[in-house]
Amino acid sequence: MTAMQETFVRSEMLGPSAPPISERGAVKWARSNLFSSPLNTILTLLGITALFLLLQGLLPWLLNGVWNANSLAECRAIVAANAGEGATGACWAMIRERWHQFLFGFYPSAEYWRPVLAFALLFAALAPVLYAGIRRNILMMLGAVTVCLLAALIGLGTTAPHLIQATVLMAVLIAVAVWQPKKLILFTLLYPAIAFFLLWGGSVWSPVVAMLGFGVLALVYRFLVGRLGVVVATGLGFVAACLWWMFAQTPLAAEINAVLPLGLTPIDSDQFGGFLLAFVIGVTAISASLPIGILLALGRQSDMFLIKTLSVGFIEFIRGVPLITMLFTASLLLQYFLPPNTNFDLILRVIILVTLFASAYIAEVIRGGLAALPRGQYEAADGLGLDYWQAQRLIIMPQALKIAIPGIVSSFIGLFKDTTLVAFVGLLDPLKGVTQVVRADINWKGIYWEPYIFVGLIFFIICFGMSRYSMYLERKLKTDHR
Amino acid sequence: MAEAALDTSKMKISDEVAISIVAMNKWYGTFHVLRDIDMTVNRGERIVICGPSGSGKSTLIRCINRLEEHQAGQIVVDGTELTSDLKNIDKVRSEVGMVFQHFNLFPHLTILENCTLAPIWVRKIPKREAEETAMHFLRKVKIPEQANKYPGQLSGGQQQRVAIARSLCMKPRIMLFDEPTSALDPEMIKEVLDTMIELAQEGMTMICVTHEMGFAQAVANRVIFMDQGQIVEQNEPKEFFNNPKSDRTKLFLSQILGH
Amino acid sequence: MAMAADAPKDGFRLSMLIYDTRFRAMTIQVVVLILVLLGVAWLLNNTIVNLAAKDKDINFSFLWSRTGYDIGQALIPYTNDSNHFRAAMVGLINTLVLALFGCIFATILGVFAGVLRLSNNWIVGRLMTVYVEMFRNVPLLLWIILFYVILSELLPSTADFRASAALIADGKPPLASMSFGGTVALTNQGTNVPAPYFTHGLGSYAVGDFSINFNFLAILAVVVVSFLVNRRLVRNARAVQEETGVRPVTWWKSLAILILPIAILLAALGLAFDIPVFGKFNFAGGISIAHAFTAMLIALSLYTGAFIAEVVRAGIIAISRGQSEAAFALGLRPGRTMSLIILPQALRVIIPPLISQYLNLTKNTSLGIAVSYLDLRGTLGGITLNQTGRELECMLLMMAIYLTISLIISSVMNAFNNSVRLKER
Repeated sequence: MTAMQETFVRSEMLGPSAPPISERGAVKWARSNLFSSPLNTILTLLGITALFLLLQGLLPWLLNGVWNANSLAECRAIVAANAGEGATGACWAMIRERWHQFLFGFYPSAEYWRPVLAFALLFAALAPVLYAGIRRNILMMLGAVTVCLLAALIGLGTTAPHLIQATVLMAVLIAVAVWQPKKLILFTLLYPAIAFFLLWGGSVWSPVVAMLGFGVLALVYRFLVGRLGVVVATGLGFVAACLWWMFAQTPLAAEINAVLPLGLTPIDSDQFGGFLLAFVIGVTAISASLPIGILLALGRQSDMFLIKTLSVGFIEFIRGVPLITMLFTASLLLQYFLPPNTNFDLILRVIILVTLFASAYIAEVIRGGLAALPRGQYEAADGLGLDYWQAQRLIIMPQALKIAIPGIVSSFIGLFKDTTLVAFVGLLDPLKGVTQVVRADINWKGIYWEPYIFVGLIFFIICFGMSRYSMYLERKLKTDHR
Repeated sequence: MAEAALDTSKMKISDEVAISIVAMNKWYGTFHVLRDIDMTVNRGERIVICGPSGSGKSTLIRCINRLEEHQAGQIVVDGTELTSDLKNIDKVRSEVGMVFQHFNLFPHLTILENCTLAPIWVRKIPKREAEETAMHFLRKVKIPEQANKYPGQLSGGQQQRVAIARSLCMKPRIMLFDEPTSALDPEMIKEVLDTMIELAQEGMTMICVTHEMGFAQAVANRVIFMDQGQIVEQNEPKEFFNNPKSDRTKLFLSQILGH
Repeated sequence: MAMAADAPKDGFRLSMLIYDTRFRAMTIQVVVLILVLLGVAWLLNNTIVNLAAKDKDINFSFLWSRTGYDIGQALIPYTNDSNHFRAAMVGLINTLVLALFGCIFATILGVFAGVLRLSNNWIVGRLMTVYVEMFRNVPLLLWIILFYVILSELLPSTADFRASAALIADGKPPLASMSFGGTVALTNQGTNVPAPYFTHGLGSYAVGDFSINFNFLAILAVVVVSFLVNRRLVRNARAVQEETGVRPVTWWKSLAILILPIAILLAALGLAFDIPVFGKFNFAGGISIAHAFTAMLIALSLYTGAFIAEVVRAGIIAISRGQSEAAFALGLRPGRTMSLIILPQALRVIIPPLISQYLNLTKNTSLGIAVSYLDLRGTLGGITLNQTGRELECMLLMMAIYLTISLIISSVMNAFNNSVRLKER
């Protein structure tokens, strides 16, 4: 093997040099991204044409937009005066006049600070869940929330007392986050009651007494768990809490209220509307569906035939019918299934059915998370001597939920978009409900692009933002695992 | 590696040039990956390319069958220059076999179908004939009994041997190996290396990117060391390992051999 | 309790029901069963009490009574004298027709958008991204209503097609004219398209309520036979290739086999089109497609198409670059690599989520309520329900039908999934 030998040693390393001119800069970029082949060139030309046509129609319309007018006819007159006869122009004046209806429905304008505060507190309640005790991140989030909240409140012309109350509340939260970031989770647990109180108003004692029901549950659980085990203790605690809510709730709340009347102006459900309604339904349904979804997912994975069958049956049934049929069930059928003369709020009925609907989808998402966990995790948990619920709570669920977060977020996006369907059972959703109200106004009759663009844009910003956030989370999770 | 067992009777290096690379440069965007590569490979040569990761060695052999495009200089494979001419690319690719780090077997086809796919569709060989050839090479890599299984059912070492057989079915005159053993468990590395040694003994022209220094010492007639996208040193294996000239080579060898 | 019999008599204690793994599962299941039964009994009891209070019963006989309402788009014979069952069937067919066309258009759109989004053409890629994100992140309902409003408010009214005396005197054409070479009239009332008919048709034969159309049967038969012959041709080509190694050129033969027979048949039957013509006040002839259908179809196709584009994109991305590189290294051309290596693998990834998109689309047809499209929900769950006041029965039937459709689609999906799953250790 000596036919050819070549020895070579480089005495001096070559430095990097720039690529030839044809291989860099805009020329290279255009050549490889726009004109790399005849087909590509055709596609580029088609794309440019499409873009041109789109902008040709859209730009004048946007640029001629009118913000100050009292009716569509006035808008058109202004456009014609400014841009000449036959020119098109958007009539944003409608949005200027009606934006609050798109956001709040018929919620009294003096009370706008309440939903805004509840919305801001939602993020404050989410912070400890998302950042699990990491003080820096929680503080950053709380700070951002405070700034946005105050800006929004001032923008809405909130009166000074409410402004001060909101500031004090946020300051307290920030203080807790500074000293005891882990305790902030208590606020998260209390949030449902706080939000309910802020949104619907009424006596402050009803939500307080209702929350005490959970205290009863915790008390019974703590007292019995040592003797009877987790499941039985939880069950009995739940029974005790139900008894509390059924028998102690109303009289006790009324009693305290008589002694110490404290509360906010009560707001009727049918005054809710617009994005406020979408958020109330979407957020409540998703958060309430999480525990149900977890139980269903566990049930579907169970070895017990009956439990598995029930879970699968429920999940497949819900996933097999359209949401609209669930909403109609809420508005038409629920009255049949409940004891005679129970008559409660339509929003609450819708929330119950939407929660059931969401829980089937959440169950499937969580099942995906459970399936993605390596088998070894279950075995390790068993090997440590943990019982089923301990293993689920300490080992399995924290990991499975983390994997499932992107799926949960996309379920939320889907559900949030679907809240528009509540229009069909007579609620005032931002899309069909409010827009119809606006279009029924004699001043704005015949307007269609502007309201749909406005509502669509808000939906787009929220959903697109959330989907990007969940993609970011997904990427982050992937790197965490490798 | 049992050097004594090596049968060198067919391992002859002819004067015929198989691959010639002249002043070849390649950029990824503005990053200069390959710098002034000059290299000639004669028929029958067995070349091992080594170097730290990111030194451009994989890119270099991927340029040889145009999986990557070079932007300056010249690559001639078996008398065919690689340009954007599709006919030339097809010609080179049907004569150059390639084995990848991650095997890249087609998971939806059986082992036999993996091996017959290209002969049938590229060489236009009747199916029966292609299957006979495939079985011949599968016997050669010692897994004829797996012919009707799917890649997912085989171990990593078996998969890599199938990948070698799949390339051989095209009757290539040159074989390129891109880190063929670095995705394998230690006990599987040997079975793949044995297959490669056998191939070398039959006189195949081989270019192999690998860190298996035992293989390089036993089989290669030339070792090329690359760093920062350029050829830093090349020599016959004995000289290369026992008496490296360049500091970079020494450093690299001490890292890879010493503990 | 039943399981007490299985237990060893000597060592059985009550606490074993909870703490012994042999009995624990049984105990839990029995408890759950009892709770579920109690819950169901409670619901049923409430229902019975409530129904009794309203003096109602559960009775499906209303299905056979006269409806008294009209349905604009009825693909099987229907008049307002027909019964509610038939109305429900008309609605079901409308649902299925909308779902079918929606799936077809959404797939075409989605595949194009998904592939183009991956293209290395910057402009086209960005445009497709805008399309996908725009439709995915805005509620479907908005698109449905928007398209409906545009169609019914932007298009000219039928009166605009009239050449009034004043216009004729001025020598001006009517305000609006028909599109596509004078064959299609787009008005704010609906879309009038040519209706196909046969001059030498084969007639039809009535069996009870249904009629069998021989033209349709003949066309179906010819299409099926053409497909079979073509399959034969492809199989032959493969045999020749296996024998000699060279694959005969078949595409023009395929084209001829697929197109010629059906063209000849249609010519023999005397296919003609009844083109809508503007009469004195309205269009006569042709078929009038309601904007409710058109808007639903456009919105569903574009919306689901955006989701399918993502499915397709993810499917293609899921096939690692190594696969195409290995194929290239073996000398396969990009076209063959696509058809032999990438597509067979990508389809395995794409088809399950694709079918669940079809499922979503089918369920979303129920949003036809927004534009009063009379689908299953519009007839059975809408007018029939309101007319008869049978909420329970109508809702139950409607849910059962939707559930059946979903279960059929998802069982097809599962069967398919199992048959193409990659074999692994």
